[in-house]
Amino acid sequence: MTDVTQQLPLAIEPPPRAASGLIGWLRANLFSSAFNSILTLLGVAFLAMTIPPFIRWAVVDAVWSAPNSRACAGAGACWAFIHEKFRFILFGTYPYEEQWRPFWAVLIFLALILASCDRRLWGRRLVLLWLAGLAVVGVLMWGEVFGLSYVGTELWSGLPLTLIIAVVGIAFAFPLAILLALGRRSRLPAVRTICVAYIELIRGVPLITVLFMASVMLPLFLPTGVTIDKLLRAQVALILFAAAYLAEVIRGGLQAIPRGQIEAADALGLGYWQRTRLIVLPQALAMVIPPLVNTFIGTFKDTTLVIIIGLFDLLGTINASLNDANWRGTSVEAYVFAAVFYFCFCFFMSRYSYMLEREFNKGRRR
Amino acid sequence: MTALDQETPIIELRGVDKWYGDFHVLRNINLDVAKGERVVVCGPSGSGKSTMIRCINRLEDHQRGQIIVAGIELTSDVKNVEAIRREVGMVFQQFNLFPHLTVLENLTLAPIWVRKMPKKEADETARLYLERVRIPEQADKYPGQLSGGQQQRVAIARSLCMKPEIMLFDEPTSALDPEMIKEVLDVMIELAEEGMTMVCVTHEMGFARTVADTMVFMDRGEIVERGPPKEFFANPKSDRTKLFLSQILAH
Ligand SMILES: Nc1ncnc2c1ncn2[C@@H]1O[C@H](COP(=O)(O)OP(=O)(O)OP(=O)(O)O)[C@@H](O)[C@H]1O
Ligand SMILES: [Mg+2]
Repeated sequence: MTDVTQQLPLAIEPPPRAASGLIGWLRANLFSSAFNSILTLLGVAFLAMTIPPFIRWAVVDAVWSAPNSRACAGAGACWAFIHEKFRFILFGTYPYEEQWRPFWAVLIFLALILASCDRRLWGRRLVLLWLAGLAVVGVLMWGEVFGLSYVGTELWSGLPLTLIIAVVGIAFAFPLAILLALGRRSRLPAVRTICVAYIELIRGVPLITVLFMASVMLPLFLPTGVTIDKLLRAQVALILFAAAYLAEVIRGGLQAIPRGQIEAADALGLGYWQRTRLIVLPQALAMVIPPLVNTFIGTFKDTTLVIIIGLFDLLGTINASLNDANWRGTSVEAYVFAAVFYFCFCFFMSRYSYMLEREFNKGRRR
Repeated sequence: MTALDQETPIIELRGVDKWYGDFHVLRNINLDVAKGERVVVCGPSGSGKSTMIRCINRLEDHQRGQIIVAGIELTSDVKNVEAIRREVGMVFQQFNLFPHLTVLENLTLAPIWVRKMPKKEADETARLYLERVRIPEQADKYPGQLSGGQQQRVAIARSLCMKPEIMLFDEPTSALDPEMIKEVLDVMIELAEEGMTMVCVTHEMGFARTVADTMVFMDRGEIVERGPPKEFFANPKSDRTKLFLSQILAH
């Protein structure tokens, strides 16, 4: 055997030369056929037509500081408006001298979000970290302890409000959604019926309706004298709404778990909750990361709807600052700024989910 | 290990019947398995072998009759069922390893969560059993990175880590390529030689001849014939057994 291979050495054939270098890449990816070439040229033409004017508007001709929008009159963007209103956009009607408090609240939120990205922290420690973080945020925002003056939720606005509604909303909606999804597959008919009814009911109405009901109709059912904080009502409405959608996404993952996995867990003597926590959910959730994050992103953007019940989130404060008579005609700048802000957050979420997905699939070949 | 132990069977099935809807899948099954006994179950496809063996750890429930395992009667009481499952290991045709956990984590999961064993001890036990199924070097891989034969040996080790009194095997080699069957059977033979109580559904007649104390032949939901392998293979009494054996031994 060895003799044969020694006598007839196999010819060493190099792998086919991949189109290398810039030219090769261009040819392979952009000009591989006539049709492709046309598409490429059209794309380039479109970009050439749109990008330079936008850059001229947003950077070259932009006015960075001016006393009012008339002084800004020109071809470019009036970033002076954002500059002037920046603090109001961020913290809105929160008392001016106390705005260091929401500032720290925002930083704590960002730190918590970043910490959650580290998989090594996942588990009980992260939950404790979040509870501690939320408690500190609550103390900072409300005050009334440690010599901080009291600031009611009706004054909370801008970025901290957006973050609170979005983060608290997702943080509570997610576990609720898991319970709903499990309940929908329960063997107990009562549990199943309740979960199905809840999910179908909530999915059947628009978020605006749920928000309106929470803010207008709920007080009608409460005994006189009992009031529930407006922010709390909006928060609960958003949680209930997001949970219904998340539950359906999670159910998709649960359905994809092979029966054999559950049988193997049962045969080892694991109880229902152990089996669910250790075997079913880790696999089910890993499978639905893309639609899950899709729903998270949707929820994050849905928070802007709280404006209709009179809460001023970031988009609300941006809108409100447009009412200033000194700054007429700056709505484009305002909305571009809002778009950039929301885009950054959502883009971060989607990149992170992409990374998670790859991490979960590492070393897992079926 | 008193005389009583020898005589009271560790698994008792008394007049067990089961239906899937209108379909009568198990008919009046009576089966006793003594401690340390090796029972091999065979029979044509669809005869109810899997259903019977899965009733023993209540992956399926029966509708009539009694099943008593290690002195505990199987009822719908969850505590009873979980108590029995701790003592009964099961190996499936499709391995059913947990793909999101490493081999070692697959092995230590149940001891840690069900037996409340400290992690360090569970790790040591797991490595011991991986050694015994001859794949100690695969501990940190994921199941998807192993061959079928290796996966099935991990599955056997996973059950053994719970230190069960009884092992159930449901066609453990049927999903394997021929060259991998032997490595799994070798592990099972070793286990049998150590005196494990085993109920094994398999069509590996060579294995059955080597290890079985009792052969059980099932057809259409009934136990048609049973006996020591020598007799069972040499002169089967029923025509259905003869037909089955002639078909299965023909190739
Ligand atoms: N969940 C179920 N619902 C309805 N019928 C079922 C179900 N599971 C099994 N059966 C039927 O019960 C019969 C016995 O099935 P079982 O799996 O026990 O057979 P088996 O002897 O293990 O066969 P095989 O050798 O093919 O594995 C078959 O006819 C099968 O179609
Ligand atoms: Mg079967």
